[in-house]
Amino acid sequence: MTERYPFSEPERLEVDPGYARTREGEGLTRVQLPYGTPTYIATRYEDVKSLLSDPRFSRELAVGEDEPRVMPYVHRPDALTTMDPPRHSRLRRVVSKAFSARRIEALRPSTQQIVDALLDRMENEGGPLDLMRSYALEVPMLVVCELLGVPYEDRDRFHDWSSVLASTASSGVGVDELMRANEDLRAYLGKLIALRRTEPAEDLLSVLAEAHDTDDRLTEDEMVSLAWSVLLAGYEITAYEIGNFAYTLLTGPEHLKALLDDPGLVERAVEELLRQVPLTSASFYPRRAAEDVELGGTLVRKGEAVLPSMMAANRDETVYPNAEKIDFSRDATGHLAFSYGIHHCLGAQLARMELQVVIASLLRRFPGLRLAVDVDDIPWRKGSILRGPLELMVTW
Amino acid sequence: MSGWSVEIDARTCIGTGMCVGAAPKYFQRKSSKSVPVHDHVEPDEDLLDAAFACPAEAIRVRDEATGDVLVPEA
Ligand code: HEM
Ligand code: SF4
Repeated sequence: MTERYPFSEPERLEVDPGYARTREGEGLTRVQLPYGTPTYIATRYEDVKSLLSDPRFSRELAVGEDEPRVMPYVHRPDALTTMDPPRHSRLRRVVSKAFSARRIEALRPSTQQIVDALLDRMENEGGPLDLMRSYALEVPMLVVCELLGVPYEDRDRFHDWSSVLASTASSGVGVDELMRANEDLRAYLGKLIALRRTEPAEDLLSVLAEAHDTDDRLTEDEMVSLAWSVLLAGYEITAYEIGNFAYTLLTGPEHLKALLDDPGLVERAVEELLRQVPLTSASFYPRRAAEDVELGGTLVRKGEAVLPSMMAANRDETVYPNAEKIDFSRDATGHLAFSYGIHHCLGAQLARMELQVVIASLLRRFPGLRLAVDVDDIPWRKGSILRGPLELMVTW
Repeated sequence: MSGWSVEIDARTCIGTGMCVGAAPKYFQRKSSKSVPVHDHVEPDEDLLDAAFACPAEAIRVRDEATGDVLVPEA
């Protein structure tokens, strides 16, 4: 039997019981997404990890018109997320150094400055104000613009492109509009990179331009695609994760209190929230079997697709007892929020650092932080691969 | 002695599985971290590629003849 997927339109941060049902059932469940071929979905921790690290499961083979997906557009074959080795290794190597744990740690002070300046502004303005607009959307935008070297003046255009590109089938955004946003953004990035060739700076766009010019490791399109992934992945995902974390803390007084009582808990808290908070409305980036492979009690035939659900894996009771519950005292490391294997999130260390600084500083500055609206009146993002509050009115 | 030695520092490994996915011949999962399959191996570019990609710089590859550290880069 083939089930429809997503199992349901997501409500707030609720998780459809379909994930637990398939995780606890036999074998892998077969599902049909709005676009593409039918696919299996993997929901057990061990299965998801195997799927993501087994070279017999290819990302590259899954991409194209028939890719099972919730977004209407077809992914470009020349991005990090759509490549297999050896092309993937070659591309990733160009940027991996800029994202190493050591390099990211060096960005902590400037991130702290960005955050402090925003908190000053909020304090001056006074509550109630929208935490999404004043804080959650601002921090990652400023951090990623600084990292890449995108001028801050362009952030509004960038924001518009980004939200169009995150649309799913139910959003009403047409393919034409998506394609146009995509082309405009690519042209814009191409221009910025061209500028860096004549005037290199201390930023990631210059690293990309140099990798293209000096040893011809990157093609023009690859360069733009890399910058594209970093901008899009680095901005909205992190912004909505901040929004979701804030919402979770503000609606879970015991968690908020735990962090206020012991600010040293922040690293653990961020890992546990990464594990427990369902950031996306559906799974994405299926892999296709390059040969017959046994996975989770099902023989996946060559050419068949499997969708990894990191969210379901992160709630696997056999790995995380009482998985539904947030518990800052548990060791949540090993969660799959940043995926696993060769496509493990390039920005994971950056996102962790940002989230730690953002949460710790917010609570330090406003220990009395609370919602300024009724929970039921919080508007949620719809028709997007990302979940999150559209507006989060708070006061202190 | 010829060949390379491979080590993973269990304290810095953050368990991304990148090495396991990239070079399963050389790296394997061990609970939430990764470990080398063999401590001593014949020189192989694939191993270097996988080692370079480690975001935690937890993988150390040395040339046993010269003692040079090939990964991580200084
Ligand atoms: C909380 C924030 C974030 C989450 C939850 C997240 C999650 C993910 C996940 C699940 C994947 C892998 C998908 C797959 O297995 O195919 C991924 C890949 C990626 N992420 Fe993130 N990400 C976050 C923040 C960032 C940031 C800040 C950046 C960059 C500045 C970034 C850049 C990327 C890139 C470039 C890839 C593709 C890597 C590859 O395919 O080799 N992400 N991310
Ligand atoms: S790539 Fe590095 S951090 Fe990731 S599992 Fe391997 S050794 Fe650990």
